Amino acid sequence: MRGNAATHELVAPGNLAAVLELLAHEPDKWTPIAGGTELMVAFAAGRLTTPKLVNLWGISELRFIETTAEEVVIGAGSTFLDLRRNPVIAADLPLLAKASGWIGSIANQSRATIGGNLVNGSPAADSSPALLAYDAEIEIVSTRGKRRVAYSEFHTGYKRNVLAPDELLYAIHLPRRFARHKQYLRKVGTRRAMAISKIALAATALIQDGVVGEIRIASASLAPFPTRLLTVESALLGKPLTQNTIDAARQALLAETKPIDDIRSTAEYRKQVAANLLQEFLLELHGDLHGEGAPR
Amino acid sequence: MMDSTAKTRIVGAALPRKEGIDKLAGRARYVDDIQREGMWYGTTIRSSIPRGLIRSVTFDTSVDWSEFTVVTAADIPGENCIQLIIADQPCLADGKVNHCEEAIVLLAHPDKHKLRAAATAVRVEYDPLPAVLSIEESERQDAIVWGEDNLLKSFLLQKGDVDSAWSTAAHIVEGEYRTGAQEHLYIENNGVIAEYSALDGVTVWGSLQCPYYVHKSLVKVFALPEAKVRVIQTETGGAFGGKEDYPSTLGCHAALLAMKSGHPVKMVYDRMEDLAATTKRHPSRIRHKTAVDKNGKLLAMEIDLATDGGAYSTLSSTVLSRATLHSTGPYVCPNVRVRAKSWATNTVPYGAFRGFGAPQAVFAIERHMDEIAAVLSMDPIELRRRNFLHQGDTTATEQTMREPMILDELMDRALHESDYYAKRKIFARENHTSAIKRGMGVAAFYHGSGFTGSGEVYLNSLAAVDVTPEGKVRVLVSSTEFGQGTNTVLTQIAAEALELDYRDIEMAPPDTGIVPNSGPTVASRTTMVVGRLIERASKQLVAELREHANLEADHTREDFFVACERLRAARGKVLSECRYEAPPGIVWDDQKYQGEAYPAFGWAVYVAQVEVDTVTYSAEVENFWAVQEVGRVMNPVLATGQIEGGVAQGLGYALYEKVIWQDGRMANNQMTNYIMPTAEDIPPIHVFFEQMPYQHGGYGAKGLGELPHDGPAPAILNAIRDATGIGFHSIPLLPEDLFAGLMARSLIEGPATL
Amino acid sequence: MSTPLPTFHFSVNGERKQVQTPPMKRLLDVLREDLCLTGTKEGCGEGECGSCSVRMNGELVNSCLVPVLQAEGATIQTVEGLATDGRLHALQEAFLKCGGAQCGICTPGMLMASAQLIDRNPHPSLVEVREALSGNLCRCTGYMRIFESVLAAAASGKAETELAEKHDAR
Repeated sequence: MRGNAATHELVAPGNLAAVLELLAHEPDKWTPIAGGTELMVAFAAGRLTTPKLVNLWGISELRFIETTAEEVVIGAGSTFLDLRRNPVIAADLPLLAKASGWIGSIANQSRATIGGNLVNGSPAADSSPALLAYDAEIEIVSTRGKRRVAYSEFHTGYKRNVLAPDELLYAIHLPRRFARHKQYLRKVGTRRAMAISKIALAATALIQDGVVGEIRIASASLAPFPTRLLTVESALLGKPLTQNTIDAARQALLAETKPIDDIRSTAEYRKQVAANLLQEFLLELHGDLHGEGAPR
Repeated sequence: MMDSTAKTRIVGAALPRKEGIDKLAGRARYVDDIQREGMWYGTTIRSSIPRGLIRSVTFDTSVDWSEFTVVTAADIPGENCIQLIIADQPCLADGKVNHCEEAIVLLAHPDKHKLRAAATAVRVEYDPLPAVLSIEESERQDAIVWGEDNLLKSFLLQKGDVDSAWSTAAHIVEGEYRTGAQEHLYIENNGVIAEYSALDGVTVWGSLQCPYYVHKSLVKVFALPEAKVRVIQTETGGAFGGKEDYPSTLGCHAALLAMKSGHPVKMVYDRMEDLAATTKRHPSRIRHKTAVDKNGKLLAMEIDLATDGGAYSTLSSTVLSRATLHSTGPYVCPNVRVRAKSWATNTVPYGAFRGFGAPQAVFAIERHMDEIAAVLSMDPIELRRRNFLHQGDTTATEQTMREPMILDELMDRALHESDYYAKRKIFARENHTSAIKRGMGVAAFYHGSGFTGSGEVYLNSLAAVDVTPEGKVRVLVSSTEFGQGTNTVLTQIAAEALELDYRDIEMAPPDTGIVPNSGPTVASRTTMVVGRLIERASKQLVAELREHANLEADHTREDFFVACERLRAARGKVLSECRYEAPPGIVWDDQKYQGEAYPAFGWAVYVAQVEVDTVTYSAEVENFWAVQEVGRVMNPVLATGQIEGGVAQGLGYALYEKVIWQDGRMANNQMTNYIMPTAEDIPPIHVFFEQMPYQHGGYGAKGLGELPHDGPAPAILNAIRDATGIGFHSIPLLPEDLFAGLMARSLIEGPATL
Repeated sequence: MSTPLPTFHFSVNGERKQVQTPPMKRLLDVLREDLCLTGTKEGCGEGECGSCSVRMNGELVNSCLVPVLQAEGATIQTVEGLATDGRLHALQEAFLKCGGAQCGICTPGMLMASAQLIDRNPHPSLVEVREALSGNLCRCTGYMRIFESVLAAAASGKAETELAEKHDAR
């Protein structure tokens, strides 16, 4: 244990308006802490350099899941167990429900928040690929008001995002329009549980009139932040699913992605496995089209 | 005369763990749960380079150092040396460092936080020297980093005439096999509390396996008489060999700080420090060259066995010895030559870890047998059967197998329980069209129980039972509990032999001030050797009570304690001691490496069922069968738990646990990136015991604690060979490695299509 | 700092506690040091091993990752709260019978995770037991005896009753 609690200030204004006031008053001085599953690890390792923290845990205005006919709105302070327990998410956004079960362990899922997962901005973030595949929108709040940003534009670099120093991530908006889409999500980690992603792929696709009408493919751990694979998508959009288009999509992925070697895995492995996951998804999609069942 | 097959009512029963209730209630006191009055905390300043001279140590003036106790090598009253086999490891670095994380300076302070901050204010400057970081670099001897030639130890084991066998061979098969470093990852980190007074000397409490090992180092480091040093084991949260020798260093560190500060000092490592700075399993490189005839009979084995010992010898010689003696497998081979060498490198010294050289050796021979089978297009099971040792055969050290041998029966059972042949057939058919390839793999092996050769004679263990006036029988041993069941098994043995109830017996505190030296808790010797001493001491006491205290045959509990009081009135105490007596016929030549290598062997056949996902290149074990013969089973629940735990560790060794080195330092020194299996990664493990009681072991026991770590890795990699057709020769085998192998093959075969 | 340390209030095993301490102090350290409840262990400080798990407001949490400020007003259960009046809980009985504890250091966390599982799912399948315990690392047992212990406790029908009784008592 290398952290010293006495050298950190942790304040709990207790409600959203008061937290925003604090952030507006002293921008860039206060680090918000929700479930602590990232910041407390850094603290114990002696790496928490920010002396001032503001508590978000327990602020009910941030922890909600609301549904309308068109969308599901998830408060940034919702834990992953909250997401797993929500029947609408289970039914309409199954990739997100699945991803929520990947976060650490039960003890981590009861504390880690979706807002924290996104703001921490790890390239391996577990919830990100699903959010990208579902066209999520981020709602941001400050004393200056609210604004929205497509999640695909939220991350701007390695652990960097569009939040201004006085802003908080408030909610994630997800459209409820994927009921007929083919959906896919697979994570490859170091073991079955409590594993940081080496590579994860999420996809949603709709076949219309024999061609790919809609396609979103998103990845974790292939880039400095979770991203859509746009070149791969354009290799498929409007095309029928044949061996040629599947091969072309695979080649596009291998060309588009530039993962790195790191302590967990190698660039070459990540690339090839990502290509395999893509192929697995496309074969499943093809199989559905042609009534073949799960391909072997 | 001891009858190891006699019917028993306590030995062999699934009695609950002796200290179980305290552990389950959260009452068991591990070292970090303990506070001593006036206690300070200690920390260690460690080398950041693998080799070099210490040019300077600077204490930044931003800290008020008068509040701190600072200890360096200059403060050591006795010898600056940790006592183990060769006295080459300093307690604190003196002028030079030979590995990253080597301890240089110790600090103590009453406030943990000030201590942490002060540690960052000590700056060490070095003149770096060229470092040797691998077996190959050490062998090249460009830089000499230990002794005259970097060689920590070497052995030559020869039988028959290897050189003339090659020309008669139908096939000669060669292979090179590598195993990586492995971390014990006990869930409780290393920790001790030390106190010092001029009157009482040094007292150390700690998480440790061998109180008398720590005692021995403290005596030398402090130049104190033995009676002025006391070591007490606290409840220990896992050890696996990682707390066999390391606590000697940690105990001396804390005691030096206690001496200089005048306060008790607690030093408990956090996970990052424990991972980076303490011992691990020796990496190995083993080369096999084997001659077989056309029927698969082994004609000759030539083995080149190398281990990386790290910067100091610690236990490298004995690990190398066990590796050598396990390198030829459970097979008959008339001509053998094993050249074994342990090389020094500038990495954190390697040490004991469950199996102690056998996991490395068994991995190589059992993988190699499957490679031989492939060359011969022979069933790997049949190849093994044709070469199994039988009663009357001799091993590579010319030890005659005197007892009946049941390797064939173990193999039969393992194949039957796993449905091995039927599954292989199904998988072979299904694998063609499946992205998931499945396979079955086998390993047949033995594990020598106890110390090699005359090791037990050298240990000269002493154990005792006594009876307190309050009517409690105590087992007095220095053998420690760290989860493997020492407390339970030894009290079961005592209860059985004394004809009392299990609840009548307790373990005396593992305190060198109270218990005799029954030897270290290592080498799978405790139940067999120390259990035997307790059995004898107990029966000796009963005999004494019958003869001198009117205790009748078939006595009740009450009779027993009444008789004890009679004896106490006459003698002043009720104590029965027993010293080790070697079984007859143990003849071992340490120079020629010939004779009775071990008094007894555990035998096993393990089977792994594996699936390899060709989308993610990951291998997982779907099912596992562990069939073994380890003498009389003392407690079936505890014994099964030991096998399951060992298999889980072996599984980690094979597929998950990789130490990533960067310039001689462990880069992945956190639990998030040193990967051990979770509850979702472990397959069902089916455990079966055959029992052939060993007449010289406690109630017929042989060793069992380490055996289960020997078999899983080769069985798993043999299964992967069966599943994919590719033989992998190196562990840990990660998906990235499987990917490289499968990619290389598919470059020849072409990609998958619709 | 010249300002006094704040005081935090919560209940542990049914008893009201208050502790004056920096708000960032880890709940784990508050339990072990301020309240002398050393049953909860530190194995890694990273939220990976689960040996620090406790139950907070009806959820399983890694106490090494909870700043004590976030435990204000919470209801906390630790391993010391499982047994009642010296009588072992059904889970503890099962662990004892089935060999679920070897060295014992992971055991308090395992018991908390198991209690949490049975509380929510009185008749878990083996798959559900594996998932519920996947955040608790054990190096000694290979997990098999632990699975058997949890399933045995669930089958006894007493495990959930005893937990429910504790809920009522709160």
